[in-house]
Amino acid sequence: MTGEIGQLALCLSLALSLVMAIAGLAGARANSGLARDVALHAAMGLFAFVALAFGALVFAFVTSDFSVLDVAQNSHTAKPLIYKITGAWGNHEGSMLLWVFVLAVYTAAIAFARRGGAQLTSAALGVQGLLAAAFLLFILFTSDPFLRLDPPPFEGAGLNPLLQDPGLAMHPPMLYAGYVGLSAAFAYAAAALITGRADASWARAARPFMLAAWIALTLGITLGSWWAYYDLGWGGFWFWDPVENASLMPWLVATALLHSALATERTGAFRAWTLLLAIAGFSLSLIGTFLVRSGVLTSVHSFANDPERGVYILALIFAAIGGALALFAWRAPKLQGGAAFEPVSRETALLLNNLLLAAAAATVFIGTLYPLVLDSLWGIRISVGPPYFAITFAPVFAALLLLVPLGPQLSWRKADLGAAFRALSPALGVAAVAGLLVLAFAAAPALQAACACALATWVIAAGIIQISGRWRARTMSFGACASALAHAGLGVTLLGIVGATAWKSEALDVLKPGQTMQVAQYALRLDNVERVQGPNYFADRADISVQTHGRTIATIAPEKRSYPVEGQAVSDTAIRTTGYEDLYVALGDDRGGGAWVIRAYVNPLAPFIWFGGAFMALGGLASLFGRLRRSVAAASPNAALAE
Amino acid sequence: MRRAILALLILLASASVAPGATGPDRLSNPQQEARAVALQKQLRCLQCQGESLDESSAPLAIDLRRLIRARILAGQSDAQIKTYLVSRYGDFILMKPPLEPATVWLWFGPLLVILAGAAAVAVVVLRARPAKS
Repeated sequence: MTGEIGQLALCLSLALSLVMAIAGLAGARANSGLARDVALHAAMGLFAFVALAFGALVFAFVTSDFSVLDVAQNSHTAKPLIYKITGAWGNHEGSMLLWVFVLAVYTAAIAFARRGGAQLTSAALGVQGLLAAAFLLFILFTSDPFLRLDPPPFEGAGLNPLLQDPGLAMHPPMLYAGYVGLSAAFAYAAAALITGRADASWARAARPFMLAAWIALTLGITLGSWWAYYDLGWGGFWFWDPVENASLMPWLVATALLHSALATERTGAFRAWTLLLAIAGFSLSLIGTFLVRSGVLTSVHSFANDPERGVYILALIFAAIGGALALFAWRAPKLQGGAAFEPVSRETALLLNNLLLAAAAATVFIGTLYPLVLDSLWGIRISVGPPYFAITFAPVFAALLLLVPLGPQLSWRKADLGAAFRALSPALGVAAVAGLLVLAFAAAPALQAACACALATWVIAAGIIQISGRWRARTMSFGACASALAHAGLGVTLLGIVGATAWKSEALDVLKPGQTMQVAQYALRLDNVERVQGPNYFADRADISVQTHGRTIATIAPEKRSYPVEGQAVSDTAIRTTGYEDLYVALGDDRGGGAWVIRAYVNPLAPFIWFGGAFMALGGLASLFGRLRRSVAAASPNAALAE
Repeated sequence: MRRAILALLILLASASVAPGATGPDRLSNPQQEARAVALQKQLRCLQCQGESLDESSAPLAIDLRRLIRARILAGQSDAQIKTYLVSRYGDFILMKPPLEPATVWLWFGPLLVILAGAAAVAVVVLRARPAKS
């Protein structure tokens, strides 16, 4: 029954999305109040029915309804409840339904908030309707999650054990909230072009959605990196893997968009560029979806997906990007330039920010797609790995970080560079000291690490100066907190990256119970290895005492888990963190005779990588909160009194 | 969205769980071992998606790690070992693609983007200057 309900709900969703597309666009063009109301109600209906379909799928997973093919292929009765739920989107069909569900949530939010006026909202809903219809068609024709299986099998095939992890339960919904959230910015930009009102109002209307998407992307990437760190078993946190790059590109462009839109809202500057970034951000989300969902990235592996899906998504991308760019080419030349500004001003700083972020995104784009193109056109196979990005991406980002502290210190239109440097001089001093300390005390030849530390300190100290300056001048605002937090977060993450790469210690040994190995300042004694039983796996668990100066300070227990249903084994690492340093231990192969391979790392500052991500997201939240408060204040009749 | 990483993880996990178990194969001479590790980091695992030989635990990666050590012990230079591996597996095995006609745009594309962008920024900034009164 659930399968049919879900299927029906999907079909109704498709119908509603088409209604919304037509009514929304017609309402915007013909200025018809009726059509606009239809679009608004269709948005709510779309949300309700997609939610129903999504709920039906989750229900089928929770109740282990193996008459649904998707459930039979990806679930199992012995799984803990939480992984039955998250298993609903731990597969291609379910994750596409999650994609559309998130789209429906943003669509309903646009309809509910009606930011930017009736006409703009209506056009934005029309664009969202087109996107929803395209993806619902994709689901119904190539990726139906509700296909039946007759006769139903007695037991399901299970979920990949690597997905049975709390970090990964949250990671996809978060990342999707970011990817799909950029559709709202895209829809508003297209709406502005359609209605011919490409002034600052669309950017103001779309800002909360851009912020929400950016926060979610930041958290999603951070979570993914953290998951890779503790789950992969060797302490890496970023691989420059095409799938990671697919999430990094929209983040870079969304970051550029948030900054460019600031100038557009404030002075009307860079209007065409901001529109283009909104289009590019979502386009990169679509390309990311294509790369991951079509199977082009995994074509050399047995994991290949249905090529029909890839062709469909590719067609969808061309239609969406091509349509938006055509609209842009038609309307944008009519845009007037914004107010004038001096070469030394906040506007110029934002332009440089955008230049470097866009160049960084372009670098990742080239590095990710070049090998694919080379392989498919000429059959030349190359690898583009971390060394490439260290040469091309790192300098661009370093230049960006060098300039980040200056931006908030410069005023709009005309700024005083000398005053900015005077305000930041303590940060310069602290950064120089930090760099020199690293040079003096770090063990390895560490010029690069010293520069990176100085850079990170410079950015963090500038954030503190910004906040304290505002505090003393009694001009504290959510906006100021937001940029200070987000910028400082970049510095914190950089510190973590330096620590975890330049100062990492590693050790690998084969131990029998009672034997000890040394990693950095810790002695690890293997006490014993025993077989333990989990809910749907069994594991070899090593009990290890962590000692410094002959005293045991902790015990940790890395495991090697075997999942009999899925026929796979995964390593469950043990991490002991002090908040500024991780001791990271993974259990390796059984060497026989009670001897086990043990790999241990000490990663100084590693937790900072994710703290920094959290800071950035907090900064985004501060900005979002400030915006929404202002909107509410402006909408309330007492606004004048409140001022 | 990380399905492809997962694909590689599945491959890894099914090969052997633990992170690359080079322990027992380690060279006794620390300088030679450091050379081997440095080489491993520049070469990719051919069976997985984004990992170097240093990180992978796929069977072929383990074999190649042994091969590298054997050749170091035989007195070959890093360049000779790399040349040998490239002749056998192609440029695909190099984490850092070589600069050759096919990769010109890969290496210089980002530079062109940033130069063109910088020129555009300069034009915008100069045009936006307020008129002198």
